[in-house]
Amino acid sequence: MSDQIRRPSTITPVRDYSMTGPDGQHAVATGLSNARWYTTPLPRAEIKALMKRSDRRALVDTAIYLGLMLGLGVVAVIVWVSWWSIPVFFAYGVLYGSAGDSRWHECGHGTAFRTPWLNSVVYQIACFTMMRDPTVWRWSHARHHTDTIIVGRDPEIAIQRPPSMPRFWLNFIGFYDVPLSLRQMALHATGRLSADEQTWIPASDWKSTVRCARVWTVIYVAMIALCVVTTSALPAMLIGLPRMYGAWHHVLTGMLQHGGLADNVTDHRRNTRTIRLNPVSGFIYWNMQYHVEHHMFPMVPYHALPSLHRAIADDLPPVCPGLVAGYRELLPALRRQRTDPEFVIDRPITSSSRTTEEAT
Amino acid sequence: MDGWVEVCTTVDIDVEDVMGIDIGGRQLALYHAPDGRIYATDGFCTHEQVRLADGLVMGSIIECPKHNGRFDYRTGEAKGAPVCENLRTYAVRVVDRSVWMDSAQLNERVD
Repeated sequence: MSDQIRRPSTITPVRDYSMTGPDGQHAVATGLSNARWYTTPLPRAEIKALMKRSDRRALVDTAIYLGLMLGLGVVAVIVWVSWWSIPVFFAYGVLYGSAGDSRWHECGHGTAFRTPWLNSVVYQIACFTMMRDPTVWRWSHARHHTDTIIVGRDPEIAIQRPPSMPRFWLNFIGFYDVPLSLRQMALHATGRLSADEQTWIPASDWKSTVRCARVWTVIYVAMIALCVVTTSALPAMLIGLPRMYGAWHHVLTGMLQHGGLADNVTDHRRNTRTIRLNPVSGFIYWNMQYHVEHHMFPMVPYHALPSLHRAIADDLPPVCPGLVAGYRELLPALRRQRTDPEFVIDRPITSSSRTTEEAT
Repeated sequence: MDGWVEVCTTVDIDVEDVMGIDIGGRQLALYHAPDGRIYATDGFCTHEQVRLADGLVMGSIIECPKHNGRFDYRTGEAKGAPVCENLRTYAVRVVDRSVWMDSAQLNERVD
């Protein structure tokens, strides 16, 4: 364990992950928030080429993603209810409740497509399937990139310390996130935002959050009414529930992004993990397995991340070889953090042989 | 060109690209538009203190390298979340290939 990441116990004995608590105030006061982060030096021409946008790749991927979801949805209706429903909903759910996560992410960054309105359309669809308010989550993710895993500043810390293992496991079927999303939607529909949300969302954007929550509430009420009228769970299996039964893949991959690694540091190599994935998971996850690279250079589109990885790999910790290896590393660390919240997995970082001069 | 200061030449900035410069401690971003014109704005994104010179120029848009904040660098107009505040722009003159900026404007106090 590194001494550098030890959190001063003078703040509070236990980490306070709220956005209005002492940890967040400490981060702001000490300059840990909004700090300058380490970035691997790269020549301007190279990073410019990597940041270049195109519509083609994302159009193909999105046609596959939405086409498959639509096709499987139709098949699901046709075979309802039979043994065939199991594999059909299994695939449909993963696209709805997991592939939606990475589409939300990439299109939220505005990097998937070159054309801004295409990013916006796919972003709205993915926000709906993932039950993430488009405005709230756009701002929360901006904060996540400014203050990655800074306690009290980053609203997207998935695993807090000491970790709650029931919450960790239940989220594989959305048992924590979905009720929370529904509670937030209900709150927003009444015209209010939580105190935490008000710290990262400008007041000028609150109206759109309220409007969206009201539209979504109408859709979900209509879906429930349809279930009642038809005395069938089929409408819920197509809208809403796949966010739970199909969530496992995005949680499986997402928990490895930062889980078990350092908090309150300003080097993504120490608080973020890049893993190797099979091509199917890579498609579902839209290359977010290159997570250190993504955090260092957030404006590089998902399809250019493998090239970015090759360009800076010598300056990064070794790639985690796969999901199994990732969980072999993560789970013991979480178990240890339950009793020793200061424990983190140290990433081996070699002193970079690169210099800024080389990069210019 | 009284009161104007030469800051660089047009060939210092690739077409459809941005370059950062420091003039008297003030960080600026200079843009070489696809039509050949040169523009100048403040060097940092108005959302957070991120150098726009590391960002991506697409047509008349500069995109912040951190959060996808977008501005029209010709007018400084913020184009949507997460940027809500416009960028300050600066007058630029190009004589032959030399890029000049108004020193009076550069010396204006910014609050």
